[in-house]
Amino acid sequence: MPLPQLWRRFLSETGEMSRFTGRFFVQGFKPRYEFSELLHQCFIIGYKSLPLVGLTGFIMGLVLTMQLRPSLVSYGVESELPMMVGIAVVREIGPVITALIFAGKIGSSIGAELGSMKVTEQIDAMEVSGTNPFKYLVVTRVLAATLMLPVLVILSDAISLFGSFIGVNIRGVTSFNLFFKQVFDALSFEDFIPAFIKSYFFGFAVGIVGCFKGFNSSKGTEGVGRSANSAVVVSSVLIFILDLLAVQVTDILGLN
Amino acid sequence: MQAVFTIERKAETGVEPEDVLTIKNLYKSFGSNHVLIDFNLELYKGENVAVLGKSGSGKSVLIKCIIGLLTPDQGTINVLGHNIGELNIHELDEIRTKVGFLFQSNALYDSMTVRENLEFPLRRHWIKLTTAERTGKVKEVLNNVGLAHTIDMMPAELSGGMRKRIALARTLILDPEIILYDEPTTGLDPITGKGISILIKEMGEKYNTSALLISHDMKCIRMTADRIIMLIDGKCYAQGTYEELKKNNDEKVKQFFE
Repeated sequence: MPLPQLWRRFLSETGEMSRFTGRFFVQGFKPRYEFSELLHQCFIIGYKSLPLVGLTGFIMGLVLTMQLRPSLVSYGVESELPMMVGIAVVREIGPVITALIFAGKIGSSIGAELGSMKVTEQIDAMEVSGTNPFKYLVVTRVLAATLMLPVLVILSDAISLFGSFIGVNIRGVTSFNLFFKQVFDALSFEDFIPAFIKSYFFGFAVGIVGCFKGFNSSKGTEGVGRSANSAVVVSSVLIFILDLLAVQVTDILGLN
Repeated sequence: MQAVFTIERKAETGVEPEDVLTIKNLYKSFGSNHVLIDFNLELYKGENVAVLGKSGSGKSVLIKCIIGLLTPDQGTINVLGHNIGELNIHELDEIRTKVGFLFQSNALYDSMTVRENLEFPLRRHWIKLTTAERTGKVKEVLNNVGLAHTIDMMPAELSGGMRKRIALARTLILDPEIILYDEPTTGLDPITGKGISILIKEMGEKYNTSALLISHDMKCIRMTADRIIMLIDGKCYAQGTYEELKKNNDEKVKQFFE
């Protein structure tokens, strides 16, 4: 595809997505509120993602510890391992890796589900039965993704630190209490708060991109596959862009 | 007895029948493709009208304009006395509860069981119903379409004909005054298609609905429609009963009856 055409397509899609996001804020605050569907989506998006997020968090903490250890041993600062892992996991790796896993699982699932509903006229069926499909399908999923990701990040951080504790004890001996005392001594609220806040933005990005791609899916099964795929790709890129912005903002606010 | 209002009967009785759907001077284009050009239609209470036309002639566009899924370029659509173009979204949703729509693809929610599919409109619009009343209503419509045993099954476990019946049951559950059928027998074998046609006729009589049926299946149209409107070149090209149109010598009309 020629460059000007690609550029035009990019701008057009960005414009449509901005309008879609604007529609979310307009419709999200207007009654009727879909509380029961929101709770259902929180269960699906949050609770059902827990095993995957927990497993990846555990492996992430374990591997990070095992990879860092030789370098720290060579500098003679092995005792700083819990502190380093704690800061890395809480400030950066926990939120970003969890958000990427979340984008892979939830972004693709939302994109495919709504895409399939669009192609098989289920969204039209909802509309003609007098139900606003944007409110019922989009607002609930985006809110659930926004609310659930920070919770998953906290859980993932905790499991990751536990994985790190196991990693430390593979080659050395550190008690549970000492390990976590070292971790929490090194951490402050300035480490937690920006990471926690950016998780909301990551969750929102995953939800809105998944819904946008699914809701605007083209006809046919190929279109559904493309929606699921591009939901993951776009939301993953957005997570990195948001992370970059978050670093700049925390830097300006003096929280780094 | 279900009232049948053909143009002739209207003249014979001298009684002005109550129209439930009126379309006047409807235009709809997609770019340079003019799908509907000055299309007019009237549907009377208790009447079943079929819109007959070739694939791509704009039948589905017409039905989607009626229910508000597409916005016409020009013209008025009056449903149960309300001009669809002048309604806000809440008023439109209110009207939509009185108009059932049977999709060509059935459009059953595939993540829900049959029971949940049927309960969905009830939970949204008849919110005062108790659980027992809701279950009773679901069982009643399922019995009417002969599929009471499928209540806890998923749509994926059903055959094409069964899915069509469930979709019809979902259409009937809010006791609509008008039902719009989009190609109800497409993709079904002749025997199942005949069964669906009989069911459409029976349910229309039982629930006292008016129906607008979009199809090119002549057997289905013959069995269900009191009047046929031929949509050719975006216009209401001819109309009448099946027998009247069959006798029509116009080439464009004749080709449907050969």
